[in-house]
Amino acid sequence: MTEEPLVRWDWIARNWANGGPTAISALLENHVVMAFLPVLFGLVVALPLGLACVRWRWLYQPTVALMNVTYSLPSLVLFSIFLSITGLTRSTVVIPLTFFALAVLIPAVVDGLASVPDPVRQSAVAMGFRPVRRLLRVELPVAVPVVLAGLRVATVSSISLVSVGALIGQGGLGNLFIDGWQRQFYTPIVVGIVLIVVLAVLADGLLVLAQRLLTPWSRARRTA
Amino acid sequence: MNWLADFFGDAAHWSGPDGIPVRLLEHLEFSAAAFLVAALIAVPLGLLIGHTGRGALLVVVAANAARALPTLGLLVLVVLLAGVGTVLPVLIPLIVLAVPPILVNTYEGVRGVDADLRDAAYGMGLRGRQVLFQTLTPVALPLILLGLRLAAIQVVSTATVAAFVGLGGLGRFIIDGLATKTYADVIGGAVLVAALALAVQFAFVLLDRVVVSPGVRQVR
Repeated sequence: MTEEPLVRWDWIARNWANGGPTAISALLENHVVMAFLPVLFGLVVALPLGLACVRWRWLYQPTVALMNVTYSLPSLVLFSIFLSITGLTRSTVVIPLTFFALAVLIPAVVDGLASVPDPVRQSAVAMGFRPVRRLLRVELPVAVPVVLAGLRVATVSSISLVSVGALIGQGGLGNLFIDGWQRQFYTPIVVGIVLIVVLAVLADGLLVLAQRLLTPWSRARRTA
Repeated sequence: MNWLADFFGDAAHWSGPDGIPVRLLEHLEFSAAAFLVAALIAVPLGLLIGHTGRGALLVVVAANAARALPTLGLLVLVVLLAGVGTVLPVLIPLIVLAVPPILVNTYEGVRGVDADLRDAAYGMGLRGRQVLFQTLTPVALPLILLGLRLAAIQVVSTATVAAFVGLGGLGRFIIDGLATKTYADVIGGAVLVAALALAVQFAFVLLDRVVVSPGVRQVR
């Protein structure tokens, strides 16, 4: 045990793509899918729900309260409960993580739309924009920075939370933690942690890049 | 629902060293210890950084790192490195993951105080430390409490996962139930942890009512 190095490169080389379902590359692929789907589903649901909350203000408080309650539940608890409904499938991880993403994204959408300055909205009305076109062409683009800030939080959390799913047999790279624990072998654990953090940093960077591309005016203002 | 009846109706689950009362107490004990240490580190640090403006980068890095670091991986690695069987190593990841939410929100709370208010406090002759404790802290209190609440929930949640590396507490029902495919125990344990998490959430809502100055709440 004492001579066991933290990382054994030969193990990584042998297990990166050994063709089996436990190959590191296969786990990585699985991990990306399971982390990305909840954010995607969350965004698809949060946009209309957020719009509804802005349109009908009374909806907002109860929705946020419900989301707060959901968010306070440990991921392992939700995985366990869904285990009895969806069994040992990816859904058991993806569905609870979608709820977590929603808890972050709905407030982000609502705050984003609230961040549109009134003069901007009024100008759009005065220029003849109808509600739907105003929403798509003016309000949503202006809301992008706030929504994307929420999306970054949701994405990074999702990437790290997937690994807890390993406890119910669906954890992507999290399975490396179980493997390392059972064999008292550091390398898989270190590989798992490093890959998850790298994945999170990459995803976060991509979203920052997306924001720059989606809101060219914010850069123009800064350089002016 | 049958599973719930199986779990909660079983008299064996209500007594002995692996009964619900003992497990609940264990869970509370570990969580409280980790939470207190984290708060003692993060609140003063957050106040200091927020007040002086020095070290803001540390806050940003801590916030991002805490979100990206996988709980389970950290637990497994730290416990393997430190040696299996003792409680102390398990508390380290619990503390590490609880510090950032407190640090970030305390910092943001102090930073976010209206500059006019800060100036007024100095104008009235308060010294730096008095401004921090008598003006900035009370106004920042809602955000500090939010940070503490998020950290408390994080600790309860991480302590559940920590059952995997041998920590006692309510997570035992879930982890052992999964290992033996006794789903009644898994669901029962999950319901207990959920109740605990909601109770913590509720306790902080009450605390907010009691300790936040009515003047500050009005402005909000």
